[in-house]
Amino acid sequence: MSSVQAQDALPRSATALMTDDMVNPTPTAKKSRRFSPGQIIGPVVLFAIFIALWYVMRFWGLRFFFDKDGIRLLPSPVQVWQGTMGSSVARHRYIEGIKWTSIVAFGGLAITIVIGCSLAVLMSQAKWVEGAVYPYLVALQAIPVLAIITLIYTVFGGGLAPRFFVCIMIAFFPIVTNTLFGLNSADPGQHDLFTLREASRWTRLVKLQLPSALPNIFTGFRISAGLCVIGAVVGEQFFRTGSKPGIGIIMDLYRIKGIYPPLYGGVIIACLLGIVTFLIFGWIGKLVIGDWYESGQRKT
Amino acid sequence: MTETTTPTSTTTFESMTDGVRTPALRFVGISMVFPDGTHALQETTFDVHPGEFVTVVGPSGCGKSTLLRIASGLNTATTGMVSVDRSSMGYVFQDATLLQWRTVTRNVELMAELEGVPRAERRRRALDAIELVGLQGFEDKYPKQLSGGMKMRASLARSLVLNPKVFLFDEPFGAVDEITRERLNDEVIKLFQLNGFAGLFITHSISEAVFLSSRVLVMSARPGRIVADFPVPFAYPRPPELRFDPAFAELSGEVSRQLRGGHT
Repeated sequence: MSSVQAQDALPRSATALMTDDMVNPTPTAKKSRRFSPGQIIGPVVLFAIFIALWYVMRFWGLRFFFDKDGIRLLPSPVQVWQGTMGSSVARHRYIEGIKWTSIVAFGGLAITIVIGCSLAVLMSQAKWVEGAVYPYLVALQAIPVLAIITLIYTVFGGGLAPRFFVCIMIAFFPIVTNTLFGLNSADPGQHDLFTLREASRWTRLVKLQLPSALPNIFTGFRISAGLCVIGAVVGEQFFRTGSKPGIGIIMDLYRIKGIYPPLYGGVIIACLLGIVTFLIFGWIGKLVIGDWYESGQRKT
Repeated sequence: MTETTTPTSTTTFESMTDGVRTPALRFVGISMVFPDGTHALQETTFDVHPGEFVTVVGPSGCGKSTLLRIASGLNTATTGMVSVDRSSMGYVFQDATLLQWRTVTRNVELMAELEGVPRAERRRRALDAIELVGLQGFEDKYPKQLSGGMKMRASLARSLVLNPKVFLFDEPFGAVDEITRERLNDEVIKLFQLNGFAGLFITHSISEAVFLSSRVLVMSARPGRIVADFPVPFAYPRPPELRFDPAFAELSGEVSRQLRGGHT
């Protein structure tokens, strides 16, 4: 949760840089981004090591280190697959679970984006707002959600509301800080242009600060999207409603019953949901700013 | 302080006005001390008349750029007075400062857009300016797709849409290679002749200064002040071969001597 200013927001686009034969006789190298074998081999090897470690823990590690029954507590990947996707009951439960978890995660994200971006704009426009609000943002970021579960429960009771709240709480900081950072880091030379023509605050915000903050804003979105999924799943573990079971609730159900394969399946499903969300936001970002944005670029 | 070493000849636009000329840009006793105590400019006084192209050369950090920032209103002088009409002022910075998210056309439109020129009109002016600086065919490219020289051309065009009466250039071609710089110099002369603006150009390059201007001012090291004023007698338009003319070399030499003299 600490990786707030993730750099390198977007993959370099595959557009060829143009040759300028008029003024710059040196042709610029065409840049392409195709996957090289190395990029595939690395993850594949790591995955193999991961599976191997899994079996090591199952047959030996849990018994040796923790004196636990690994065969029962840590089912094999095949068992996990069969217990989750192979069983129609578990499968249907999780499909329903993905629906509810997504509603909370994306709903929470949408609310966070609206409130977070508005707050960042406000902070960028008035230094005193920034000075006043920032310490509390850091404090909010530092509060462990687990520590205030009781408080949240007291205020909201059960149901969906506290789950949204947990989501927003976790996702808020990266959105505000990244957006604020972007709004404040527009090029001083570009600011001078607007000063020359005596542009209003509003014009400067809309035509300069917001567009130049877009890469940072999307970085914030991507970080927070992943956090929202985590927040939704964590929230479900504490605030369950029988009629709206998310992935976290289903996992907890299997934990109580002591049925382990679909419990691990739930972990993987939650993880995949996070990855898909991350990719979707990466893709949206690329659609919006991919034409003009170069990661690691110098300001032009 | 003023030193005239070459006989004055009339430039193209001087002949159009007779008698008293109102300067397009006037600095009177400008001094600049920054809050950190840096004394950048000291009692600087000079005029730039309509149709005149004045270049200021001087050692690094002598306050040349500050002069332009004061002229444009980006900075306020500590003492002294500036008199200029800023409504259509052109200003080209050291960096092209193009907005990365806008195409060339939309970048060139920016100044007119900020002035509230209607969409169709500013689009027309932008396309004219793009053609003038030789960027046709690149209207829809983004800055990241342009070379350094092309970005500067776009930056020039952006100021041209206001049809400036006063045009400030702050070492605009310092970062481009020699060949590109010479081509861009030709471009600036072409624009100067076409528009007849009053130009104030800052540079480190003596040959660029002499080639472009009708007057070269030499500034001392910080705190900067004008130590010499050389009229440049060559008529516009100036062909590239002028750079190899003995008279050109001689004048460049004198500016250079003055620059070194003022430095030590």
